[in-house]
Amino acid sequence: MNETKTTAQLGAVPVSDKIGTAEIEQVPTRNGYGEGLVEIGEKDERIVVLTADLADSTRVAAFQKKFPKRFFDVGVAEQNLMGIAAGLALEGKIPFVSSYATFSPGRSWDQLRVSVAYSQTNVKVAGAHTGVSVGPDGATHQALEDIAITRVLPGLTVLVPADYQQTKKATIAAAQFNGPVYFRMTREKTPVFTTPETPFEIGKAQVLRDGKDVAVIGCGPVLYNALLAAQELEKEGVSVMVVNNHTIKPIDAATIVTAAQKCGCVVTLEEHQVMAGAGSAVCEVLAKNYPVPVEMVGMQDTFGESGEPDELIEKYGMGKSAVINAIKKVIKRKG
Amino acid sequence: MKKLSHKELLLKANDIREDIIQMLLEAKSGHSAGPLGMADVFTALYFHILNHDPENPKWAGRDRLVLSCGHICPVLYASLAESGYFPKKELMTLRKLGTRLLGHPHNLALPGIENSSGPLGQGLSQAIGMALSARMSGNSHRIYCISSDGEHNEGQIWEALMFAGKNKLNNLTVILDRNNIQIDGYTEDVMPLEPLRAKYEAFNWHVIEIDGNNIQQIIDACMEAKAIYEKPTIIIAHTIPGKGVSFMEYKFEWHGTPPNKEQAAKALQDLRTLRGAIKSEHE
Repeated sequence: MNETKTTAQLGAVPVSDKIGTAEIEQVPTRNGYGEGLVEIGEKDERIVVLTADLADSTRVAAFQKKFPKRFFDVGVAEQNLMGIAAGLALEGKIPFVSSYATFSPGRSWDQLRVSVAYSQTNVKVAGAHTGVSVGPDGATHQALEDIAITRVLPGLTVLVPADYQQTKKATIAAAQFNGPVYFRMTREKTPVFTTPETPFEIGKAQVLRDGKDVAVIGCGPVLYNALLAAQELEKEGVSVMVVNNHTIKPIDAATIVTAAQKCGCVVTLEEHQVMAGAGSAVCEVLAKNYPVPVEMVGMQDTFGESGEPDELIEKYGMGKSAVINAIKKVIKRKG
Repeated sequence: MKKLSHKELLLKANDIREDIIQMLLEAKSGHSAGPLGMADVFTALYFHILNHDPENPKWAGRDRLVLSCGHICPVLYASLAESGYFPKKELMTLRKLGTRLLGHPHNLALPGIENSSGPLGQGLSQAIGMALSARMSGNSHRIYCISSDGEHNEGQIWEALMFAGKNKLNNLTVILDRNNIQIDGYTEDVMPLEPLRAKYEAFNWHVIEIDGNNIQQIIDACMEAKAIYEKPTIIIAHTIPGKGVSFMEYKFEWHGTPPNKEQAAKALQDLRTLRGAIKSEHE
C-alpha cells in the first residue's frame, strides 16, 4: 500500500506519494468495479449484476461465482439487458448493468432514457472500455461519446472515477445512492494515484494538488498526466492546481468556480470527445458564473484507431506534453 | 378486488369503450383503434383476472400489468379509473398540460401504472425483470405484459423472448394484441410476422390463440397460463382494431387518429345501442 501525504492546508485530498515515480502502482479501474461489487454484494442482498456476454472483461465474474443466483447473463443483447435491469429495479432490486460503454449505453440508450432515467429506476450502469486507451481493438470499441449521451439525460448521475481505488469507492457509493447512475471505466492498467484514505463523495470534486496559476479540471485516469505536467511545470515556476471532477452530473459548480477565481484560467482534460463531454460541462458552469480562458484537452472530434494505449494517448493529444502545451497556451490568454 | 360476472364484464367493457371515445374527443389527439380493440382484454384483466387493490396500488402481493405498447394507454387509463384508482372525471384531462394522464404512460405519474412506455419494445424486458425478481424473492404474484404485433418489428422483443424462454419464466404471461395493423398499414404488408405461433414455440414459449374480443376465452387462456409450469405463456389475442365502433373496425387509418365531434357522437351511438340492436337509455 502506498504511503499517503495530505495537503489539507491547501484544501487538497490525500494522494499517493509515488506520483511521478516508477514505483506507482498500476491497476485497471475495472478491477475496482469487480471488487467493489463483491464487497457491497456481501452486505446488501438487493444487489444484482447483469452482463451481456462480458462477465470476465467487465470483471463481474467474481460476483457471479460468489452470488450465482443474483447474476444474469443475457447474451449479446444490450437492449434487453437494460430493460431487465429496469424491471428488477422497479421491484426493489439494485441492478448493476455491465458491458462495454460503446454497447451500453451506446446501443441501449433509448432503454436508458425511458426505462431508466425517465422512469427513475434505481439502475447502475457500468460502462467499461472507454477512451482510446482501449488500444488494439480499435475505434469501434473505444467509447468516446458516453459522457455526452448520459449527462444529457435528466435525473441520471454521471461519474468518472479516476483510478482503481476510486472506481471501487464509486461502485459502493453508486449502490448506496438512491437513483440511476452511470459510471465509466477503462481497460488498461493505470496509475493508482488516490489512496484507500482518499475520500469519495458523489457530487464533490476534489483538489488533488493545489496551485495558483492555472487549474486543470479533468476526470478519469488521464488526470495522472495533469499531475505529471504539474510536477514538471513546478520546476519552471508555474503553479498548477489539479482538480478531479469525478462527478460530471450533478456537477460541483462551487469547486469549479472557486478554482477559476483563484487561478484565472482553466484547462479541461478527459479521454472523451471535447464536444458535449466533461470539459463542456465545466465550460457551461464557467460561462454562467465566472468566464475565464479555457483550453480543452480531449478527443478533437475524431474517432480513434488501433495501437498501443500510450501511443494513442500521445497521438490524440491527451498525454503529459499535450497538457503542458494547453497550460502554457491558456496562461498566455489570461492577459 | 371483487371479480365481476360475465354479464357485468360485458357491460364494463362497453363503459370502457365509451370512456375511450370521450377521452380521445376531448384530447383531440391519440390512438383509437388499439384501445377499442383491447377493451375486452383490459376488462377481463382488471375486473376478473388480476389480483389488485385500487386502495393500495403498491400492495406487494399484487399481480403486475406491464403495458409495453404504451400508445394504447387510453384503455389502461379508463380501466384504472373504472377500477377506482383515480376519479373518472380525470380521464378528460388526457394529454392536456399538467395532466397525470400523459400521452404515453409514466410509472410515477399515476397510481396503478407499473412502467413507463411509448418507444416500442421496452415493456417485455421490464416485465422479465419483474418476473425474475418475483422468482428470486419467492413471491407468487404473476406478471402480465401487454404487447402489440407492430411492436414485434423491434429487435428488443426477440432478445426478450429468447431470455424468457431460456429461463422458463412461468410467472410471466404475455398477451399479444394481434390486430394486424400498424401505423403505415397492415402488419403483413409492412413487415410480415407470420408464422407467429411457430416462432414463439421455437423460442420455447407456451402459445395459446384466442378471440381477443371474447372475454370468456381471455379468462380461460389466463387460467391455462397459470397451470403451465415449464414455460412462459404467450396468448395471441386476435382482436378487431376499433372493435365496437362500426366505421373504425379493421381500419389501420384509425391507428393513430382520434374521432372528431360528429364521429364521436356516431361512435357513442354505436356503443350504446350495440349498433342499433338495442335502444340506448342515453337517448
